[in-house]
Amino acid sequence: MATAAAIAEIAAPVRRRRHIDPVIVGASVLIGALVVVALLAPWISPYDPNSANILATNQGVSAAHWLGTDPSGRDVLSRLIWGARLSLLGPALIILIATTLGTVLAIASAWIGGLFDQVVSRVMDILFAFPGLVLAMVAVAMFGSGPIAPVVALSIAYTPYITRILRSASLRERNLPYISACYVGGVPARSICSRHLLPNIFPLLLTQAALSFGSALVTLAAVSYLGLGVQPPTATWGLMVATGQTAILAGHPGASIASGILIIVTVVAFNLLGDRLANRHAVQGL
Amino acid sequence: MALVRVVLERLAELVLTLLVASVAIYGALYLAPGNPATLLAGGHITPSVLREIERQLHLNEPFFVRYWDWLDGILHGNLGKSFVYRESVTSLLASRVLNSVYLVSYSAVVIIVGGVALGLAAALRRRLGVAITAGTSVGLATPSFVAAIMLITLFAVNLKWFPAYGTGSGFAGQLRHLTLPAVALALSWLAYTAQLTKAAVREELGKDQVETAQSRGIRPRHVVTRHVLRNALIPITTVSGITVAGLVAGDVVVEQAFGINGLGSFLVQATLQKDFASMQAVALILVAAFVVVNGIVDVAGLFLDPRLREPAV
Repeated sequence: MATAAAIAEIAAPVRRRRHIDPVIVGASVLIGALVVVALLAPWISPYDPNSANILATNQGVSAAHWLGTDPSGRDVLSRLIWGARLSLLGPALIILIATTLGTVLAIASAWIGGLFDQVVSRVMDILFAFPGLVLAMVAVAMFGSGPIAPVVALSIAYTPYITRILRSASLRERNLPYISACYVGGVPARSICSRHLLPNIFPLLLTQAALSFGSALVTLAAVSYLGLGVQPPTATWGLMVATGQTAILAGHPGASIASGILIIVTVVAFNLLGDRLANRHAVQGL
Repeated sequence: MALVRVVLERLAELVLTLLVASVAIYGALYLAPGNPATLLAGGHITPSVLREIERQLHLNEPFFVRYWDWLDGILHGNLGKSFVYRESVTSLLASRVLNSVYLVSYSAVVIIVGGVALGLAAALRRRLGVAITAGTSVGLATPSFVAAIMLITLFAVNLKWFPAYGTGSGFAGQLRHLTLPAVALALSWLAYTAQLTKAAVREELGKDQVETAQSRGIRPRHVVTRHVLRNALIPITTVSGITVAGLVAGDVVVEQAFGINGLGSFLVQATLQKDFASMQAVALILVAAFVVVNGIVDVAGLFLDPRLREPAV
């Protein structure tokens, strides 16, 4: 008991001293707020996102329409709120699939080594040669436009980035004494990988996921912008930039620019989060 | 001798990658639903006519025979026939390819000049550095199509300095028309290069050899150009491969945003129209451009940095 108390006494200040990074907090709060807005869309959006009004097109900022209306007279704010759903869900799925696939491949490559490792590395090298957008376009040509084909294609396109970084981290971990100790102690390979190796590369995995999220969001928005993803009238931020663009030459850039700025702000938040997480590991020597 | 071997190895890898990529591109669209023969014949046709068209176009041959025909054609400069335009893809691309090459090259120049200059300024002048770092964070997060609409709004519609759409004629006209697209395409990579340059220059500035050069009384300008920048350029060259990948993909979006008649906008149209022959050709060209430029960057790295010639572990 006395020992436990002593440990608690030593441990407590260490935990309290842990530095809280305002940038990480700020970025997380912003991302959390966007997620909440997306979830609450049916309750908080002031208008039906798809109800067009040809008498009120391209309106500026007003009390009735906080961010104005688009070239079809739809409320921009409502469309941004509803658009947050698919604009965030898409990249979230891409990153979830790519990190899962990438982590499994990376750990398996590092653990099994040999021919398996070589084959995986070579396949990843070849996948690197395909820009994500081109892969997404081929998938759209194969399976038709819509939300699914681009998401699947981009999941595959992001896998090599995750795999490459996690593989070298897993290799480094694999050669550390604690893994050898487990191995000598007769712990089955599967438990070593899932209970010991995975938790140790997890911070790096999280960092990569945050950094890739912004990039996946941009690429998926580009697919939408090109008219190859989610089809109108469904709102996504990328599609909104494209529909608003028709009014720019007439001097009404508002709808396009509002969605553009929202994309930038979201990506900045994810990038800052990823960068700060990465710096933290660098300090901790990971 | 070691250098020759490494270069040959890279070359073999490059050819292998291209071959596998071509099988993947051809195979993906081969498997895609939709029969080109029905597309070509249009409306109502009898099965016997359909079969005749299939025979003429070799659509009834097995996959690898057709793949081989396609690859053989490409190696002889024949990229296939578009069923949508009823024209050879080679001639469809001939008028478009230069627009894309100009755009990407213009962008590359903007990235290298702008990125290195900004990065250098950020590293050498602390107060400027804060502003540049904030600016590059935003630039890095700006998708090319968002940059496009902002540039059009500001410089084409409001200030009327540059045209909003099209390619223009003559060298000066093309340069003017391609300026906004090139900046839109360059923006995020310029920001990336600036951040990288800043980090690399900061690291070099802290090294002993720079201190020695300074204490020897070498003029600050020469210290920067001859001792700092030369070493700092190595990591910048290394990542230029990724930059090229980004430019190739970004080119598709930017051409569409500015209505430039190039490979990228052609690929978008081909995708929407399910023009598979055109898609296969353009996708292969984009992938090949990326792989070849990456290969060149790799080999250039070998010449610049002898340490890379050691076999990788």
